[in-house]
Amino acid sequence: MAAVAASPIAFAPMSARRLLVFGGIALVTAGMLFGDIFAVFVLHQNAGQQGAALLAASRAVAAGDPSAVAPVFMHLGGLLEDHGTKLDAHVHMIGAGYLSLILALVQPYIALGSKTKKSLAALFIAGGTLLPIGIFLIHYVGLAYSPFAFIGWASVLADTAGALLIIVLIIEAWGFRSYLRNRQLSESALPDDDTWPRRALLGGGTLLILLGFLHGAWYAGAALYQHEHAEAEILGNILAASAANDFPAAATEVNNFGNLAGTRAVNIAAHSHIIEFGLLAILLAFIQPFVFLSETWRRRWTQVLLAGSVILPVFVLLELKFGLLAGGIADLGGLLVVIALVGMLVGVLRYTGTLDSVAPGRQI
Amino acid sequence: MNASQRLLIFGGMALAVFGMLYGLHYAVLVEHQMLDRMGGSLAQAFTQAASRNPAASQAALEAYRSTKYDYVRQVDAHSHWIGLAMTMIVLGAAFGHVHYNESLRQTIALALLAGGTLFPLSVILQTYYHDAVLLKALAIAGSGLVIASMAAAVWGFFKQKPST
Repeated sequence: MAAVAASPIAFAPMSARRLLVFGGIALVTAGMLFGDIFAVFVLHQNAGQQGAALLAASRAVAAGDPSAVAPVFMHLGGLLEDHGTKLDAHVHMIGAGYLSLILALVQPYIALGSKTKKSLAALFIAGGTLLPIGIFLIHYVGLAYSPFAFIGWASVLADTAGALLIIVLIIEAWGFRSYLRNRQLSESALPDDDTWPRRALLGGGTLLILLGFLHGAWYAGAALYQHEHAEAEILGNILAASAANDFPAAATEVNNFGNLAGTRAVNIAAHSHIIEFGLLAILLAFIQPFVFLSETWRRRWTQVLLAGSVILPVFVLLELKFGLLAGGIADLGGLLVVIALVGMLVGVLRYTGTLDSVAPGRQI
Repeated sequence: MNASQRLLIFGGMALAVFGMLYGLHYAVLVEHQMLDRMGGSLAQAFTQAASRNPAASQAALEAYRSTKYDYVRQVDAHSHWIGLAMTMIVLGAAFGHVHYNESLRQTIALALLAGGTLFPLSVILQTYYHDAVLLKALAIAGSGLVIASMAAAVWGFFKQKPST
């Protein structure tokens, strides 16, 4: 059995682990909040504008006016970039948050000095914050003042932040390798409690991940290739109908194109969200001993989190049948997860704050 | 920390670093050009159709389809590598609660690592050999390994802890 070599305090103020837990939950919460705002105020409007742009391109084809096509596609490219960068910012912010929580869990197994670990944690949080900010700014900064042909300054910021995350991970992996050699924990391992919230988060989390895997496998096997084929076919139909000056048929195909894009988007969103929430639940299971709230409140936040984790992906899928009503309920599910995260974050804050200090004799 | 946990955590970290390095390489050297080509070929398809040149329009549409085929798989490989890596690391930390003997836990961990590597790898190789049946089969096998090992882990979580 591994021995504790260093600090007896597992969760000391401003330790690398505390920084990573705070930063991780904050990044996940901010990323989810951003995702909810994106879903409500940008996603559907952007999709509508894309459809309108495709219709404008069809009109240009019907009119036999090649010069009118380029401006439409410039506009369409801008819309796609706007959508893509916001989606990427959302995904990368949450991804960095998860990695931060994972690093917090494995800190006892990273055989590095506490100062080094703290610096690495700070660098990781900085990188995890700057990466999505850089991605978000790509659409707005563009290639302004850039010496490169394809890459703007916002991309440089995002890529640099991404490189920072990689460097930190490599050093952490090196620290883990060192642990494997001497088997000395650098700080206390996580307490092995067996409370209801932890069991529910562990079991619920793994079930959510498994459901997500099964849905992804079903989608890849049953729909992915069909959808790819259908997209090319619909675009061909739009072009053929427009060239034949059959604008109503072209408009119908543009509508079909939008429906297909929507079907793909909700399937991918449901697949990725249910897995992410499963991972989040498992990660939160481990930090439960540091959530200084009563058992009743920890149960409540666990139930709220798991309920939101099921509601969001299920109702995202149901958007195909029930439209915006289901979309609204899905957004509410996302909000439930955010509320539960904030509730747990408050519990973590109370742990290190002056309100609740570690009780004498309490084993951490 | 036992051998199965080490395998999951170390394997997951290695996979995460690899997935991120691939993502960085992709973002710096490939993605912008790829997106430019994709948008350009679709615009070209419409321009040629407006010029009443159906053959060139069809060729541009085919170029768009082919580029998008690659783009989807490159992004999927990047996200699945990192996603599966995170799943492995998290499972590694929780593996003490998977109530099997250590030999079975090592088998599950190995299957997850093999599936987590093979699945995105065969997806990315499809960009070099479009619609290759062997690569599709490998992707299915990889994802099957991941699902089977995850299902086994879920069962292990709910299984009664063996009395010592």
